[in-house]
This record gives sequence, structure tokens and C-alpha cells, in this order.
Amino acid sequence: MDRDFTKKRARPIEGVMEGLLFAAAALAVAIVAGILYVVISEAAKFFAQVSFLEFVTETRWTPLFDDAHYGIAPLLTGTFMSTLVALAVAVPLGLLVAIYLSEFASSRMRETIKPTLELLAGVPTVVYGYFALLFVTPILQRMIPGLPGFNLLSAGIVMGLMIIPYIASLSEDAMRAVPSSLREGSFAMGATRLETAFRVVFPAAISGIIGAIILGMSRAVGETMIVVIAGGQLPQIVTTPTQQGATVTAFIAQVALGDIAFGTLEYQSIFAAGLALLVLTLLFNFAAFGLQRRFREVY
Amino acid sequence: MTDIAAAPLRDITAHPPGLAMRRFKDASFIVWGVVATVIGLGTLVALVSELVGDGGHRLTLAFFTSFPSSDPAEAGILSAWVGSILVIITTACIAIPIGVLAGIYLEEYAPKNIITSAIEIAVNNLAGVPSIIFGLLAVGLFVQVFGLGQTILTAGITLSLLILPVVIVATREAVRSVPLEIRHAALAVGATKWQATQHHVLPYALPGVVTGVIIGISRAIGETAPLILIGGLTFVAFLPITRPGDPTFQVIGAVDEYGAPLSPDAVESVRIDHDGVVVMPDFTEMPVEAGQTYELPHGATVQSVASVGDAVESWSPTNWLDSEFTVLPIQMFNWTSRPQAEFLEIAAAAGLVLLAITLLLNGSAIWLRYRLRKRIKW
Repeated sequence: MDRDFTKKRARPIEGVMEGLLFAAAALAVAIVAGILYVVISEAAKFFAQVSFLEFVTETRWTPLFDDAHYGIAPLLTGTFMSTLVALAVAVPLGLLVAIYLSEFASSRMRETIKPTLELLAGVPTVVYGYFALLFVTPILQRMIPGLPGFNLLSAGIVMGLMIIPYIASLSEDAMRAVPSSLREGSFAMGATRLETAFRVVFPAAISGIIGAIILGMSRAVGETMIVVIAGGQLPQIVTTPTQQGATVTAFIAQVALGDIAFGTLEYQSIFAAGLALLVLTLLFNFAAFGLQRRFREVY
Repeated sequence: MTDIAAAPLRDITAHPPGLAMRRFKDASFIVWGVVATVIGLGTLVALVSELVGDGGHRLTLAFFTSFPSSDPAEAGILSAWVGSILVIITTACIAIPIGVLAGIYLEEYAPKNIITSAIEIAVNNLAGVPSIIFGLLAVGLFVQVFGLGQTILTAGITLSLLILPVVIVATREAVRSVPLEIRHAALAVGATKWQATQHHVLPYALPGVVTGVIIGISRAIGETAPLILIGGLTFVAFLPITRPGDPTFQVIGAVDEYGAPLSPDAVESVRIDHDGVVVMPDFTEMPVEAGQTYELPHGATVQSVASVGDAVESWSPTNWLDSEFTVLPIQMFNWTSRPQAEFLEIAAAAGLVLLAITLLLNGSAIWLRYRLRKRIKW
């Protein structure tokens, strides 16, 4: 039988598949909406009972005590302190590794070291927490007399080690994306590799490098298990990294570890803390995005 | 202003001044680079050797086949690794199809409009949301609103949402790297869009997709924080699935929370599968034989021993999806937070198991990616 090739056969599966594909993609929007809805609606119930002014000005965070105070400041200082320590470790080390791999190491060296470093990023955070508590803290206690068994310094250092791969890998990508004509121009003018790296390649790749650092920072702010295990879970205003402290994430985990009675103020307080965390990390994401646009150089 | 004529003449063919110093700085940077790299890699070595030193001697067969216990010498990770496997199966069944389909849509189908950019922004931001926030979503929505309870299903859904961005981004990259000519060739010989995607784009993109899926699964295996919110630190000394030889209990009819029948006079005829005993509502026991049919009152319990067939049957997801659970990282955290040193030993042993699984998965994903990069040259 001859087939009429000019006739278009209807294939209902085309429409079905397209609908299915769209539904799967649209789910991402639904998840974001779900997160925002849950966190904001529960936080709203919290703020109906605790004034927003107390939340931002009070210096005590004691939701689990009879004399309850709800000031987010202790949790925020804990988060900032551990993040600061993490960045102090990860930014210099990560950038050194990135510059070394991108500008100095042979390609074979790079192909070996980079994937091995990426393995570090896959280590479960609960294992890092154990490492902080039982390996790093004892070493630090030998160096700093009187250091408490739980402290933000050890948690921050291990968090820093954890984010080295992110910063190193993404910065290295950014520096390798700089066209080699720029490097060759610099070499032709008589600059050494080091001078080329710092004065030509680094500034040209700065957008990607800043993006990498902010991504690492966002990771550190949202990290939970390391601080829960090694940081001490004690919400207090932190001024030095050698103190015990709780981060926003650690507080949420700590409440969850007890029995949560749904609908209580204590239960709602973890959503208020979660909202603060969400706002913080979303700000970082947008900042990274904006900075990358502003500093992007077009070749 | 410098007068050009007044500048001293220099032999420009000679080495510029300070070259030796500049070369020295250049060479010494390599030392710094190597030191930083060694610190990074040394962390991995220190991590592994710390865990092996603390808990290596606890990695016996009994450790894998024992339930957690208040006695650290007896405790094992049986319920933890079985729980991890069940949760990961659930996670994979949800995250892989949705993530791959979403990735294909965004790369192949999505028109340039406001809905597509909303989806892109959502995916990018989801990747940056801290994992514990997904725990809040799970408690607030799945447990509270949908009433799914603190179960394997809730854990699986939560972790699948967490790794969705990883799968989507990997799929997009893999699909994007398939050259346009492949699609054009398929379309030119009359394939429809989905045929071209299904038969020509997807097979080429598959290794890249698999790489992303492996990394996502590995992340889900090690994830602790969101599961603390739904699972808590419950002591789980049972398995969601049955093993051959385990005791089984079958309650006849509907009972209230004290085990009393809702309709005390009702009787049901039950065909018994295995030899065992029936405990009547008045606690008298009656032996039963396999293959016989008995008239049993509501509230009676048939007790027997699970056969291989029962064990296989218990693998049906309907039997374990709504079960409580524990997973490896939670079990490890549970032991880490106890003061006794013996518990820290088994925490380290559990950590070793966890580390071995995640390093193996990540390693194979990285190996796959590098192999891929070498092999395919369009």
C-alpha cells in the first residue's frame, strides 16, 4: 500500500511528552514557592507573638528556657564568626591552589589534583564534624591553652577545609577561561609567570573568583552538622572564635533533636531562624550574580 | 615631565635590573602552591587515617548485621544501612525522572519567555538553599500539611528535592554538549521533536546525565541535617523489611490502639501460610498448620516465622514506604554526640562506611567525566 508522505500523522505522544517535560521543570518553581510559603507562614505566626523589634535588638536567644528571649543576634554572630574563620582558611588556600593549578602546574598534574580535590567536596558533613571534634580540636587545644572542647574555631577551620575545593575549582575554571593571548602579551613584555598571574590573569578573572568565594561563603553559612557537632550549640554573642557558639543552622538542628511539639512558639522559632538564614543565603546568591555582571569583562 | 633626551642611555640587550629577584619570586610561588595543595589533599589523608585509627578495628561482619544497642560493644549499623538503601531508592525514583525531564525541557523545549526565566531562577536559587531549609519544608509541608509522617517516603521526597538541581544542571550540560547537527539530521529524515530527543540526543547525553545522578545520589547518602528534622534521633532497632526467619505478626480484623477488636464478635476465615500459633483475644494460644483455613475472631494474632517468600514480598514499597527509619549519617551523628569513648569508636566505624560509599560514588563519577571528556570529540 502506498503511503501518503505529505500527510502529517498525529502523534499524541508529542503533546503528552511536552506537557510532562514542562510539568517536571515547573516543579522547581513549586518547590521554591513551597519553601517560601512554609517558612514565611510559620515565621509570621512567630512574629505575631514576638515583636520583630525584639527579634533584631535583643541580645539573648533562649527559646528553650522558661525566661524566653528571642534575639537573633547571638545566632547571627555565631554564623558570621564560623563563616569568617572558614573564609580565612579557604580563600588564601583555595586561591593559591587555583593560581598554582591554572598558571604553574603541568596539565597532567592538574588533571590529577583537581579531581582528587573534588573528592573532598563529596565527604559527608557529619564525617567532617567528627573530624573537627576529635582531630582538629585536640590539636588546637595543645596550641591554645584553655580552649574549650567545643569552639567555633575548630568548626570554622574544618568548614574552611571543606570549601577549599569549591573555591579552588571554580576560580581555576575562571582563570583558565582568560584567553591565552592576554598571557602571551604579558610574557612578551617580559613579565614572569607570577607577575602575569597576579597582574593580568587574576584581574581578568576577578568576576568568576568573587563568584566562587561567595558560593563558598554561602556554603559555610548554611552548613549545619560541623557546627552542631564541634561548635557547642550554646547561643551567646560571640566575639572571638575560641568561644563556644551556636549558628542559625545549629539552633534549628538543636530544637529538632529534642521533641518538637508542633504549633508551639518553640516550633515556630526554628522557622523564624530559618527565614533569617534563607534571606542571608539568597542575598549572597544575588550579590554573587550582580558582582559577576558588574565585573564581567568582555573579550 | 621627563625630558626624553636627558634620560640615561641603557643597554637594552642586557638583563633588566632585578630579574634574578623576580625569577626567585616566581619559582618560590610554586612552593606556596604546592604547600596549599598538600594541605587540601592532606585533609583527606588525615580524615581517613583518623577514622581508620579510631574505628577501623570495629569494622567486623557483626557490625553490619547488628541493630543499634545501648551497649557499644554489641551495637551495629544494620537498621542504618538498610534504611539508607531504602531512602536512597525512594530518592532516586523521584529525583532522576523529574530532574532529567526538567533538564531536557529547559534545554530542548523551553521557549524564551517569562515562565522559562522563572524556572531558571528557581533552579539556580534551589542549588544555593542550605540543606536544613529543606528539612523545614519537610516538617512544615510534608509532615504537617500532607500528613506523610516521619517516614521513609517523607525522607525520600525531601532528599530528592535537595538533589534535583544537581540532576537538572548535569542533564542540561550533557544535552547542550550534543551537537546541533545530530538533531538536524534526525529532524531532516522525518523524526518528530520527541523522537529526535529520545532516540538521538538522549543516548549521547546519557553518560553526562549518569555522572550528575551519581553525584546527586552520593550527596543524598551523606546528607544529615534535613533528616534530623523529620527523623529526629529515633532509636530504630527494627527493619522496615522482613528477613527470612524473622517473627511475623498478622492481626485479624481492625483493632484499636490497645489491640482490642473494634467489632468483638466478628469472625473471619483465614488461610494460614506457615506453621505457627494464634494468640486469641483472651490470650489463649492455638497452634495452626500451614495450608489450613481457620475461623478466627477479630483481635487474634497469627504468629509465625517469615519464609523466603515473605521476605521477598516485604520488598514491595507499599510495605516500607510508611515505615520509620534511621540512616547511616544520622546513626553516626547519634553516636558522635554521646560522651562515652566506645560510642565514638563505632561512630568512626560508621563514618568509615559512609566515607567509603561516598568516595567510591564520587570517584566513579569523576572518572566517568574525565573519560568522557577524553573520548568524545565532536
